[in-house]
Amino acid sequence: MTFLQTVWLVTRKDILIEARSREIFFTTLFFAVSCVLVFAFGFVREGKPVEDAAAGILWIAIAFSGTLALGRAFERERQSETLRALLIAPISRPALYVGKLVGVLMLLAVVELIVVPLVAVMFQAALFEHALLMLGLLVTGTIGFCAVGTLFAAMLVRARSRDVLLPVLLYPITIPVIIAGVRGTAALLQADVDLPMARAWLSMLVFFDVMFITLALWTFEPVMTE
Amino acid sequence: MDFTSLTFTDVSKNFQRRRALNKVSLRCEAGEIVALLGPNGAGKSTLLSITATLLEPSSGEVRYGDRLARSSGPELRGRIGLLGHDLYLYPELTAEENLQFFGRVYRLPDLSNRIEAALARAQLTDRRGDLVSGFSRGMRQRLALERALLHQPRLALLDEPFTGLDDAATAALRRRLATLRETGTIVLLTTHDLETIDGLIDRAVLLHNGRLVAIESGEGSLRDRYRRLTAVGT
Amino acid sequence: MKKLFLVLLLADAAMLAYAPVLIVNAPYEATMGLVQKIFYFHVPSWMAMFTSAFVCGVASFFVLFTTRKTADRVGAAAAELVVVFGLIGLITGPLWARKAWGVWWQWDAKLTSALILWLIFVAYLLLRRYGGAGSEKLAAAVGLFGTANVPFVYWSVNVWRTMHPTTAVVPSLQPGMRGPFWFCALAFLGLYVVMLTLRVRLENRRAELETLYLAVED
Repeated sequence: MTFLQTVWLVTRKDILIEARSREIFFTTLFFAVSCVLVFAFGFVREGKPVEDAAAGILWIAIAFSGTLALGRAFERERQSETLRALLIAPISRPALYVGKLVGVLMLLAVVELIVVPLVAVMFQAALFEHALLMLGLLVTGTIGFCAVGTLFAAMLVRARSRDVLLPVLLYPITIPVIIAGVRGTAALLQADVDLPMARAWLSMLVFFDVMFITLALWTFEPVMTE
Repeated sequence: MDFTSLTFTDVSKNFQRRRALNKVSLRCEAGEIVALLGPNGAGKSTLLSITATLLEPSSGEVRYGDRLARSSGPELRGRIGLLGHDLYLYPELTAEENLQFFGRVYRLPDLSNRIEAALARAQLTDRRGDLVSGFSRGMRQRLALERALLHQPRLALLDEPFTGLDDAATAALRRRLATLRETGTIVLLTTHDLETIDGLIDRAVLLHNGRLVAIESGEGSLRDRYRRLTAVGT
Repeated sequence: MKKLFLVLLLADAAMLAYAPVLIVNAPYEATMGLVQKIFYFHVPSWMAMFTSAFVCGVASFFVLFTTRKTADRVGAAAAELVVVFGLIGLITGPLWARKAWGVWWQWDAKLTSALILWLIFVAYLLLRRYGGAGSEKLAAAVGLFGTANVPFVYWSVNVWRTMHPTTAVVPSLQPGMRGPFWFCALAFLGLYVVMLTLRVRLENRRAELETLYLAVED
């Protein structure tokens, strides 16, 4: 079986389960919207959002709800220890990693599809002005965040206190992603749009993705054997 | 790759200062059913996890035929079937979907026939389209067993396979294990249910505080011999 | 090996004892005044911290891809020292900031990226402490990722900060300051090596003790 076939098998299984229960989707989406609201109270003054608030709130919502989705996606594999069943199956383990990663990414993509327009409307943010660059930032940023998150969530399946440890480990390491996402988006939203700056952040995100996906593929196997 | 024996040589596993397994040595041949007995926390699950290549021993080695797990990778894993205590089934999928998913993961040829046969053996043919979350413990146990054996492994590792089974299902499982023996599968199982396996298994070994003691075949029922051995306080 | 360590220990102790003398005699900086002297310990502690982060990354690599047991001990010791030396930097940094900028914390690029790196290694230690059995290997992944993250953190924080430029206050080194500074840097790196060796030795002893306990049980 080729690598991609295995990836697709794992992803499709996750989609099937999610399509049936919709649990992760609804909880993640609701959590993202709650985040947007909670932060709005901090960053909207006299009906007007402070400068760069929209960019910050959008990425905080993505990071927070992403953590939730990652945790749940692997909690599902832990419930009846199906992750163990997958680990002893004769499949390449990196393919298993990519399969889970793609599943989480698709889920977050759907969540972002709703949250991004919501932020645009609520904060009068011109998120669709430079749609292509914005899309690039969202895609690369989410991939970078989830690439690290999927590895950490997978390895924490057999750790104690996994629920708190996931954000504790994930946020410090993905700070570059958050900074790049927020500043890149802010560069597109500010009064005099700074396209070169947005592109610079986008290219940093691409480097980040390449670096950490490679590292994760490489470390997944040793990390998953005790 | 195929193998006809399983050899443990001085396998130890420490978790910090606690020794879960202490120089366990054991050899199992093809067509043998070996029961791993012992109280809770004796190291049975640890030994099964090591055998399934999920856990690395602190020292010693496990050989599958003449090969080590480290150098064999996915190919070896494909020849092992593991029924764990947590059953390894997706509750959100139906019985058939579970078998289908794992069948595809194992790249099994002729999958639909295999699934039919497995569902029939698990007596779940008419419940094939129902979600596993709605199944009773016994039904899940039967399905999980068929899932673990779907790819006809050379080595079947069964952690408490009799849990939750009624009399009819227990008898069916005994027959199933007998056929595994005929096909030359190495079966390693753990259980507390000594009466059920008496007469079925070829050999029983006792794990106690991480050490392995063979239970000699001889006078009396398995339970009596087990009692005698544990009473001495080995 | 033991002799070498003893020599290093004594030499470093002497250096650290002599460092204050050098610092006192170094030229008095006009704008910063006495607070500028923090600099002689502040920057060397950062140097020790970054060295330690790198050591932890390399050790983590060996934990993941080989079966060397010492690698794990070195990694854990290095991560602890990242946190210790980072703490020195994080305390002395605000003292400097208070005098230079009038605030305790300034989102200065160097200070911020050091804080992020420090947090990563605190997370490493938290995982080892609360992750339960087998978390050493998981922590190694964090160590490796954390070290690989350094350039990204540094770059992103730098660009983030230069978008709203602040006045550069870090004074260029006067000739008379250079000598004492490098002396201190060397002393701190020596201290780092001494502490790392001691810590790894302690872990080795502990592992020996574990095996002895196990042997007694047998």
